[in-house]
Amino acid sequence: MTRVVICVFLMALVTYIPRVLPITIFRKKIKSKFVRSFLDYTPYAVLGALTFPDIFYSTGHTISAVAGAAAAIVLGYFKRSLVEVAVAAIIVVYLVEVFI
Amino acid sequence: MRDSKRPVIRGIKAGLPIGLGYFPVSFTFGFLTVAGGLPVWVGVLISLTNLTSAGQFAGLNLILAGAGYVEVALTTFVINLRYLLMSLSLSQKIEQKTPVWKRMIMAFGITDETFVVASMEKPPVKAGYMFGLILLPIIGWDLGTLLGGCISGFLPEALQKAMGIAIYAMFIALIVPAARGSRKIFVIILVSVVLTCIMRYVPVLSGISSGFRIIIATVLASALGAWLYPKEEEEDGEND
Repeated sequence: MTRVVICVFLMALVTYIPRVLPITIFRKKIKSKFVRSFLDYTPYAVLGALTFPDIFYSTGHTISAVAGAAAAIVLGYFKRSLVEVAVAAIIVVYLVEVFI
Repeated sequence: MRDSKRPVIRGIKAGLPIGLGYFPVSFTFGFLTVAGGLPVWVGVLISLTNLTSAGQFAGLNLILAGAGYVEVALTTFVINLRYLLMSLSLSQKIEQKTPVWKRMIMAFGITDETFVVASMEKPPVKAGYMFGLILLPIIGWDLGTLLGGCISGFLPEALQKAMGIAIYAMFIALIVPAARGSRKIFVIILVSVVLTCIMRYVPVLSGISSGFRIIIATVLASALGAWLYPKEEEEDGEND
């Protein structure tokens, strides 16, 4: 169990370091228009990379994952809330999983 | 005082859907901890100290597989490197006068979702807003882990599997409306996704770990976006 706890604290450390360093070090506005634009676009790029194609492997079967993803995209397009989209996707996946 | 109070409340309101959305994800994490043979408190300890999805799931798998310290630390570090970009991006959005100790607290709460929501707030973002924003996601993450570890054995398997999609559905709920509002953002997301797929499926490149894959795709897509569509000085929020 000691090994597990040490692992947990190592994980906590290497998770906190990348979070804390830039926000405490960079206290001035970055001048470069390129860098500023780059940083403004990162939220969308990172979420895109996190979502696809991993979402298609996130459930028991690809078919249910595709159905859940489609439901999420449609609801997202109509600007529904995070919770609504998440719950709807779970329900769709569940129904498909049950009927497979 | 009147001015400093309102950002907290706005932050809490913005954090509520994230906290709720975390529930099924952290629930699954708690369940997996117990299913892997570890006590519930270990899962809760991981969630309390890490507050991250992908890194925790990967770390847990390695712990269960009996991996060494270096492997656990390196893998989770690589997965979490994307936070460098988010933290750097937020450093440009928060109030410049924010003291270091406040920056250190809000840094703990930077997640994929809180980052994106904070990015949509009109800068300069106040520390109070950030504290409010991260509060409910932290509670949702830890409480979900605890409940998942305690009771998820009673959930039907199909439902447990279905919950795996929750985190991705949240990502979609964040990017699709933004992509709908701005063709530039749509292009950047598309490029990032295509790059990720290439690195995943092209045999020569598939050795790249998932953490580096995300970083490479993010950096290239954002750089392309900055090159194609540089933003003017006071232009923020691409919606509409």
